[in-house]
Amino acid sequence: MTIREICDLLGAKVLCGEDKLENEVHSACGCDMMSDVLAYVKDQAVLLTGLVNPQVVRTAVMMDMRCIVFVRGKMPNEDILELACEAGIAVLSTDERLYVACGKLYCSGLRGGGVAE
Amino acid sequence: MTEGIRFHYDVDGDNFTSAGEASVNVKKKLRQMGFDPDVIRRVSIAMYEGEINMVIHADGGEADVEVLSDKIIITLADKGPGIPDIEQAMQEGFSTAPDNIRSLGFGAGMGLPNMKRYTDSLEIESEVGVGTTVRMTVNV
Repeated sequence: MTIREICDLLGAKVLCGEDKLENEVHSACGCDMMSDVLAYVKDQAVLLTGLVNPQVVRTAVMMDMRCIVFVRGKMPNEDILELACEAGIAVLSTDERLYVACGKLYCSGLRGGGVAE
Repeated sequence: MTEGIRFHYDVDGDNFTSAGEASVNVKKKLRQMGFDPDVIRRVSIAMYEGEINMVIHADGGEADVEVLSDKIIITLADKGPGIPDIEQAMQEGFSTAPDNIRSLGFGAGMGLPNMKRYTDSLEIESEVGVGTTVRMTVNV
């Protein structure tokens, strides 16, 4: 699935990384607890979250993720977007709730991928 | 492979917003040095967790990374309250972080277990009222 398809499925706005919309991603995770993302996630390219702070971007950087989707209409500030842009991570914002956003992507073929042991 | 390179960072304890900057910087440097992506990820995640811990619990501290030909050593030293029971602190889910930290996405009691999980060795020296030093090694 491309990041553009994620955008279309979730009716999301692109806040950063317009040039990355054609990039392919193969798995995703939805989580508000960054500790758990660091603990259990492996090789997921997309992070869906309702948490908005710079640590979301840094966690995504640590996990080599390509795209962050802020759910429930959450909007990151300029500093957060700048961090993401520097790291080459696309940032989207959707009005969907976390559960629904994850469900829509899952049903369209974007699966959970591997889990760290 | 470059040998014996050291990086030093002062971790600001007053600013949760900037927590993790040192780890992001180390990740960038290791990438420039051409390390295996898996090694880079393990080092940076372990250091990031440690950095967050120092900000949450110890009002910051100092982070040192030593890059050798066969391993990368991360040393995190703080003058915080110390860990009274290290065995308990190592248990997944055990946390003494305040609620406001949980609302920031951390404090789930996964920090130290994650640091152990992603490194080849983890040593903790801690004295209550004096501080904590964590030394982690990732073999290259």
